[in-house]
Amino acid sequence: MNWFHYAAPNTFYPLAGKMIPWFYALAAVLGAIGLYLGFFVAPTDATQGEAYRVIFIHVAAAWMSMFLYVVMAFWAAIGFAFNTRLSSMMAQAIAPTGAIMTFIALWTGALWGRPTWGAYWVWDARLTSELILLFLYIGFMALQAAIDDPRRADRAGAVLAIVGVINVPIIYFSVKWWNTLHQGASVRPGGSSMATTMLWGMLVMALAFWMYSIAAVLSRLRAIILERERRTDWVRDLKRTAIAGAAE
Amino acid sequence: MKWESLSQFLAMGGYGFYVWGSYAVTAACLVLELFALRARRRRAMQSVALPEGD
Repeated sequence: MNWFHYAAPNTFYPLAGKMIPWFYALAAVLGAIGLYLGFFVAPTDATQGEAYRVIFIHVAAAWMSMFLYVVMAFWAAIGFAFNTRLSSMMAQAIAPTGAIMTFIALWTGALWGRPTWGAYWVWDARLTSELILLFLYIGFMALQAAIDDPRRADRAGAVLAIVGVINVPIIYFSVKWWNTLHQGASVRPGGSSMATTMLWGMLVMALAFWMYSIAAVLSRLRAIILERERRTDWVRDLKRTAIAGAAE
Repeated sequence: MKWESLSQFLAMGGYGFYVWGSYAVTAACLVLELFALRARRRRAMQSVALPEGD
């Protein structure tokens, strides 16, 4: 299989179209299993009662928010270095989903913090660096939207995305480096501080969020390909086929 | 089954507002994103202009 074949927007477009339904289906199935484990199998937490059940989406969204940023910066950097169109489009497609994951992590964190810490928000290192992550995503999108020439927008966005990567290890290690209100990592190499069923619920939900993110990003990438390649023959052919299909 | 009734399930041991508030907003975010994606794809397809006489 020649992977470079799929690096061209016109060959990637139909491939992504075939993959998307599978990722949505996997997200739905894993999400159902994760919610079942989270609400019906995992026991009540000894110290936090039922409030801890926010964890099943909070941790999944927080992991995705950081992971998506690194992937976004990676593709932005590839696009910057090699001028590959699809890489930059991929970075652009990831940003909104990353921002949504970051928002979910912050929102669910606030609703978890209130009953466990007594505050929706505190300016501690973990929360503040995650908020900065949201601003980085929004800044990346705003910068790209503000520049008309797509190639220049890609390059400017790439610089911002790459510089912002420094924030990701800061978020991850913030609970270690600073004395924060946020609890330390529950899942570490070599062990976990949670009940097994809780851990499974969390991991399955994380996988569900992962599959959802891939599906959403690929869907957006297809729209971006259409937007940017709208003057090419292959996109016009797609439109002709769509019109012919609608007329039948 | 760890829950004895639906109302007990919804109450979440007194933390219903926080737990369901988290899940509801998360679900709303994902649903809104899916609608936005569909709208963007349709707009993108509409913006494809075919040459004169096509």
